[in-house]
Amino acid sequence: MAEIRVMREDLRPPTSPPRRHFISIKDVSRDDIDRLLATARTLERSMDREVKKLPTLKGRLVINVFYESSTRTSSSFELAAKRLSADTMSIKSSGSSVDKGESLKDTAITLGAYDPDVIVIRHPQIGAPNLVARVTDAHVVNAGDGKHQHPTQALLDLYTMREELGRLEGLHVAIVGDVLHSRVARSLIQALSLMGAHVTLVGPPALLPRGVEAMGCEATTDISVIAGADVVYVLRMQRERMQEGANYVPSLREYAARWGVTPERLRPGQKVMHPGPMNRGVEIDPRVADHADALIETQVRAGLVTRMAVLYDLLTNGPIEVKTESVLEVA
Amino acid sequence: MLFAKDTPVENIVVRGARVVDPVEGVDAVLDLRVDQGVIAALGQDLDTNSHRVIDAEGLVLAPAFVDPHVHLRTPGREDEETIVSGTAAAAAGGYCAILAMPNTDPVVDSAATLGSLIEAARTEAEIPVGFLAAITKGQSGAELTEMGELAAAGAVGFSDDGVPVAAPGLMRRALQYGAVTGKRIALHCEERTLSRDGQMHEGEVSAELGFTGYPSVAESLMVERDLALAAYERQPLHLLHLSAWESVQALRRARGDGVQATAEVTPHHLCLTDEAIRSLDPNLKMNPPLRSASDRTALIEGLKDGTIVAIATDHAPHARHEKDVPFEAAPFGVTGLETAFAALYTQLVEPGLVPLEVVLERMSAGPARAYGLDEPRIAVGSTANLVLLDLNASYRVTEEMFRSRSVNSWLLGETVKGKVRATIAAGRLAFAS
Repeated sequence: MAEIRVMREDLRPPTSPPRRHFISIKDVSRDDIDRLLATARTLERSMDREVKKLPTLKGRLVINVFYESSTRTSSSFELAAKRLSADTMSIKSSGSSVDKGESLKDTAITLGAYDPDVIVIRHPQIGAPNLVARVTDAHVVNAGDGKHQHPTQALLDLYTMREELGRLEGLHVAIVGDVLHSRVARSLIQALSLMGAHVTLVGPPALLPRGVEAMGCEATTDISVIAGADVVYVLRMQRERMQEGANYVPSLREYAARWGVTPERLRPGQKVMHPGPMNRGVEIDPRVADHADALIETQVRAGLVTRMAVLYDLLTNGPIEVKTESVLEVA
Repeated sequence: MLFAKDTPVENIVVRGARVVDPVEGVDAVLDLRVDQGVIAALGQDLDTNSHRVIDAEGLVLAPAFVDPHVHLRTPGREDEETIVSGTAAAAAGGYCAILAMPNTDPVVDSAATLGSLIEAARTEAEIPVGFLAAITKGQSGAELTEMGELAAAGAVGFSDDGVPVAAPGLMRRALQYGAVTGKRIALHCEERTLSRDGQMHEGEVSAELGFTGYPSVAESLMVERDLALAAYERQPLHLLHLSAWESVQALRRARGDGVQATAEVTPHHLCLTDEAIRSLDPNLKMNPPLRSASDRTALIEGLKDGTIVAIATDHAPHARHEKDVPFEAAPFGVTGLETAFAALYTQLVEPGLVPLEVVLERMSAGPARAYGLDEPRIAVGSTANLVLLDLNASYRVTEEMFRSRSVNSWLLGETVKGKVRATIAAGRLAFAS
């Protein structure tokens, strides 16, 4: 039975050897990312074989817990585990004890009782993966926690950019749209600046978080700057996260007119990415989405091999650990 | 106005302590004798008579603390705190008096509810406790409570703490009518169309972590409004738990202009900044939120120059299972009664940011004066309200040490310096360790 850790231990350095998690881009170094991308590339080559399954994680258990709807993230994690021969289980919040009001902590302890090697979790609240890491002995992979982090998305985006453009160092990436509500943007800004790329955020004033420049990027409301970027990364307008009456933008129509990514606003040959699912005609013009320079399908393929790389790395030789800091030291 | 259970008063001699009373201007190693709960003598080598003797060599004896902002959770959430546990926690924290906020279930908005609390305090409270009543019925911001009757029934002041009085017109009426009662009106300043669903201070840390921001201006705008109304009505008011630089600036200006405004600040806002939220510990989630380093500096400056007259814990107990959730799902509030002095001593006094005398005054005479209560004094003839402090004791804060029913302390697991050795409240020995 897993040892149940209480919250306050979170404030202190762990006494036992730290379990490795992938909760935030802040947990990893540049070397870690280089290694993960190299692993993903190796795994991608193996995907050309007729029999695609590798025996590497045979006998390991990977549990996917999704408290939010997801197509590509949940399917790619499940397939990634299967391709590596791990046993997998997928729990969705609807149809589980969550419907009966079970707390995240109790659900995590219950799943922890099966001694999973990895728990992959998506949850609408920031810090949910940290809680799972506290109360189970599993390696925890964050598949998206609220508006906080989506580190495997950033990893697959880095992989796509490096494969398509040959480098990350010095690359100029414009991230366009609703940065405020975007965990994808937060992870990607950190990952790109870690790898030496240059990031410019573009969007309506209320959707660019105050103080975001401190993450090591620029921010502007001027859509014309995207023409100067190597990659234009389009964020989804997160209509479901917009509180009613918040008036971030007057209307989606006005948003599309001022910040929509259209062929007219792009240079020929500029690469366009989008984490999906797209709102065609809102943040991205259908002509852009369907153009050969759009890497959206490439991103989905990259999602499989990078998530395989993350599982492989955590269960073999990964270096990732959650930092613990005293509240008094950071005051 | 303050109520506690009736226990025998003490005859005590405290021997050899460094006696510090910033208001009386005392700082010397002296003996102190308490006869029948009253300070009877202060001097060298006092006779012990047959009194109980406390050897206090190496310890500091100061006026006991007054906490103007405590949530006792009674009635309604007795699983989180009761009058017994809350006043026991206060005694262990060095307090001789605390004031309880009315945001209970039901809200303290009628003389009947207030009366039942006062009756309970008369049989249960370990130290004197006063109760604030709500400004508006059900704290819903629509209709004034019967303030006259509530004051006559023993309310120590009025507050809708936890929620602002949103409508300026109603706020004006509260100030006007509150003046009739002679009791202080205490305000939680938050403009909710700006704070919205804010989880933490809006700034670089919230931008990075992704939390919805609760901007400083959500507080300072309301502070400015309330100060303007107080100036116009020429009525006093008390501002609860200030957190923002802009609020301190506005208050300093208004006080300079003659507005009778007092304000309090919490130990956590004086000790921490929003950087601490990176740990995602729900025990760092409170309203108002921890703010930036420059806000913290402004609060410390305001405390030192007297713009802020009181330190209040805003002790807000929460059930363990309600805090053991992701940060965003956790309720606002942290406990503080038992750790306030240690936190302030460790984080402000020892590093040389604030003199010990200022901390002692703002934890005792300052809050008492803000609410028109008797100030704890170390003077012959005064009721004995004393705290004995060990400034050299260093220890780790653990769940086991708390007398509060809740353990949602931001200091859990931290090592602090400064321990309360004994508390004498209203002439009675309320705590000794």
